[in-house]
Amino acid sequence: MVRLEGLRKVFKRGTIDEKMAMDGLSLHIHAGDFVTVIGSNGAGKTTMLNLISGTYAPDEGEVFIDGDKVTHLQEHRRAIYLGRIFQDPLMGTASAMTIEENLAMADLRGRRRGLGWGVNKARRNHYRDILKMLDLGLEDRLKDSVSLLSGGQRQSLTLLMATLSMPKLLLLDEHTAALDPKTADLVMQLTEKIVAENKLTTIMVTHNMNQAIKYGNVMIMLHEGKLKFDAQGDAKQALTVEEVVKRFGADLKDEALLC
Amino acid sequence: MLWSGFLRTIPVSLEQGLAYALVALGIVITFRVLAFPDLTVDGSFPLGAAVTARLMTLNVDPLLSIIVAIIAGFLAGCCTGFLNTRLKINSLLSGILMMTILYSVNLRIMGRSNIQLLTVNTFLTPLENLDVNRFIPMISFFLVVSFGFKFLTDLFLHTQKGLAMRATGDNEQMIRTLGVNTDNMTILGLGISNAFVALSGALVAQDQGFADVGMGIGMIVIGLASIIIGESLVGVRSGKKGVMRLTIAAIVGSVAYKFIIAVGLRMGLAPTDLKMATGVMVILALGIPALKSEKEGKLHLRGV
Repeated sequence: MVRLEGLRKVFKRGTIDEKMAMDGLSLHIHAGDFVTVIGSNGAGKTTMLNLISGTYAPDEGEVFIDGDKVTHLQEHRRAIYLGRIFQDPLMGTASAMTIEENLAMADLRGRRRGLGWGVNKARRNHYRDILKMLDLGLEDRLKDSVSLLSGGQRQSLTLLMATLSMPKLLLLDEHTAALDPKTADLVMQLTEKIVAENKLTTIMVTHNMNQAIKYGNVMIMLHEGKLKFDAQGDAKQALTVEEVVKRFGADLKDEALLC
Repeated sequence: MLWSGFLRTIPVSLEQGLAYALVALGIVITFRVLAFPDLTVDGSFPLGAAVTARLMTLNVDPLLSIIVAIIAGFLAGCCTGFLNTRLKINSLLSGILMMTILYSVNLRIMGRSNIQLLTVNTFLTPLENLDVNRFIPMISFFLVVSFGFKFLTDLFLHTQKGLAMRATGDNEQMIRTLGVNTDNMTILGLGISNAFVALSGALVAQDQGFADVGMGIGMIVIGLASIIIGESLVGVRSGKKGVMRLTIAAIVGSVAYKFIIAVGLRMGLAPTDLKMATGVMVILALGIPALKSEKEGKLHLRGV
């Protein structure tokens, strides 16, 4: 489904701040996998997502999604393959536009946009139905501007938008980190439900080790741009926070990870 | 006495305000929808006037000359967009560069610094020859044109492409991950905006009976003043944004601006001080809220 081959990315090459963000990372993710990614700050987690989604191209290596080589495809041309949610709830939605307009834009992910009505009347009922699933009362607020929503509501809406057109791949970049614990929990449950129902291939970067262990069928750990550790299937299910900390505590300087 | 003086300024303000409303409408698309501070306006307004005037002196049909002016404005806007998105030149500088280049282009088009159209039949001549007070057909004409384009703009901004354009101004990263080439959206938006501005320039030239290379100076500030006034009159600032409110604000503001200026002139404002007065008006409108709340006096560059 997703294949990364020898990805290398250096930032600020040739300056005193030169940073090897991705150091020959190879990874193979199967269709239907739910991969959680941990690693301390600067381990290359977000860089990996940016390389997959095309925010920038790697210096070396190749990226394949669904068998297609997309290494140098521009970001907007990869939209057809993937949905992405960022940590900042403000980043996933257009705040001055209405809830239904945001959903309608997501509905056309990766497709040609013409001069037909932006919000399709037939689809409006569908939007109302899927908003009901969130149980946040948003189904009655289709014409409200997104700026009126709370962070949790916006992130839930973003989740719906990312999965509305059934992308082949869902990228979650610490998407619950900016929310309060209770809301984060709700959004995480919703994520699991949507991923399971649609059998979406998912890559979730997280700072929270509990989350990384609890969710998904594969866990990988990045360190200094390399794959440090990975656990799949039964081995993954048997993992405990204590065990991971004991083995890799020295590399996981991040306090957030340990809680 | 004073009252009748004020009353007499109303038809003039209406006619001029509506004729310039398309400039404000164009600025709404760039500043408000795309959140792009486009200064091309100072060059694309006289561009429209120059194209239509030159073509009419060559006996081209007035309507055709207006259409060519619209296309010229569209291309000028696209150039600014190209400078910004493809050549990565700062947005303000892109506009200033195009504005400066257009000054020479306009002189080339006209062959001299101004063209009189008083002796040729313009697109508006049939209206002027009607057997009524000239203000009635003129105001009606500009009313239809400005509201017609306002309506088209509203429609467009609610299409699939229009939503993508609004999102480009609102959250570029997000709409890019949804598969929209935001560079193309910016170029298209700037093109449409400057097409409106050039159309306004062409109509004003036909209405006033001349085109002058200097007629665009300060147009961006006039347009900004218009939309700021309009937005406070129709209550855009009070939180309700909405596309239709913004476009109506452009028209209302443009008329209100001309009225304020006409009253100012009556009360003794020197015509030479007009641009200074307009500039001060914009500074006050942006600055007073900042002084009050100590918040940044921002131009509310934003998407809608």
